Amino acid sequence: MPERKIRVMVAKPGLDGHDRGARILARCFRDAGFEVVYTGCHQTPEQIAASAIQEDVDLVGLSCLSGAHRALFPRVVELLREKGAEDIAVIGGGIIPEQDFSMLYESGIKAIFTPGASLDSIVEWIKTNIKPR
Amino acid sequence: MDATIKKICAGDIRAASRLIRDIEDKLPDAKAKIKKLYAHTGKSFIIGITGAPGAGKSTLTDALISEFRKLNKTVGVLAVDPTSPFTGGAILGDRIRMQRHAEDPGVFVRSLATRGALGGLSQAAGNAIHVMEAMGKDIIIVETVGIGQQEIDIINHAHSVLVVLVPGMGDEIQTMKAGLMEIADVFVINKADRAGARQLQTELSSMLNLSPKAADGWKPPIVMVGNAFDPVPFAENTAELAQQIMQHHDYLQKSGKLTERMHRKAMTEIKDALSSCIMEPLMHSLITSGELKKLSEQIKNRKSDPYSVAEEITEKFFQKQVKK
Repeated sequence: MPERKIRVMVAKPGLDGHDRGARILARCFRDAGFEVVYTGCHQTPEQIAASAIQEDVDLVGLSCLSGAHRALFPRVVELLREKGAEDIAVIGGGIIPEQDFSMLYESGIKAIFTPGASLDSIVEWIKTNIKPR
Repeated sequence: MDATIKKICAGDIRAASRLIRDIEDKLPDAKAKIKKLYAHTGKSFIIGITGAPGAGKSTLTDALISEFRKLNKTVGVLAVDPTSPFTGGAILGDRIRMQRHAEDPGVFVRSLATRGALGGLSQAAGNAIHVMEAMGKDIIIVETVGIGQQEIDIINHAHSVLVVLVPGMGDEIQTMKAGLMEIADVFVINKADRAGARQLQTELSSMLNLSPKAADGWKPPIVMVGNAFDPVPFAENTAELAQQIMQHHDYLQKSGKLTERMHRKAMTEIKDALSSCIMEPLMHSLITSGELKKLSEQIKNRKSDPYSVAEEITEKFFQKQVKK
């Protein structure tokens, strides 16, 4: 009988091609019972926002290891807002210095996970904070 | 008109994707919406793409989107990937190959997980097609999950079916087998730069020479498509593929076969709707009341048999319906 399934998108914005982490997360979300759309490397924030809307996901997980997160992460949030899709939550991960956290949270990123965060803690965060709409 | 339906008919992607999700999640409201939507469907040309995992279905879909966009056609894509039988999760990775179209407002790509369906599609696929039809998409491409020999539900949903083969998957005997090899309107030999492609082409064409289908005026063409990383010849090959598909569309219209296929599709839809109106509530009530467990216990102990049980359940169910 009716049961909402959590849909997640894992995306890599920008020119960083290191997607091992993103793939491991996609796989881990699959094993947690989510439906995971993976869009691959080298995506523009515009592509990510458009895909998230087409796929009707509950959550977008961004991965960036290149240092461009300050520009790219907030842009995805902004684009979703512009398209009236602010109900799609955005979280981020990668090589992100602690001094950038407050700036990212202020821009609307809901959570940040950096090296050392366990897969379980990320899944747990999603299960607690993301309710399928 | 219902607000959601109005939005969908105006091409609103959010509303459409949400309704597709409601259909997938089997929300009770979704059926009512489909009823209202139905009058606005049936005008799109639906192309099915099927073949083994990794054969190149998504890459070909991407190339076909470009071809159809050149003709100014709007395109909807439904891409199916498998659901885990253990966790219920899924990796939906088809759209990776199509991301260059992500921002094109004339293209809408939606991924579906099979959620236990075994015919190469998902149970929601038929109605998801209807949603895209109502949006006014000229062409809808339905990419099945990677399949083997007989997961051929796609023939009940698509007007033209592409079967994508790759060299190196077995000898001539494989081309003689029933199922997948019979359903193609157009064959693609993908990765045709690899060893064995010519041989596969020869085997396929000799198989097709024996096919009774040739008698009704359409002989499935075989299109060779080379390496996607060799962009110029690849683009030529996929342009030819798009042309062959459109030719098949013409043939369907002129020969009256399109009506025949739409009739077959309608029959499948009645069957599916019946199963969702009868089987689903029936199973639900049997499970929640605990009766299913009781009855299976009886069968296990040989106190009864599956047919007597089924007859009893059916009788009770229809009596209840009559009282209603």
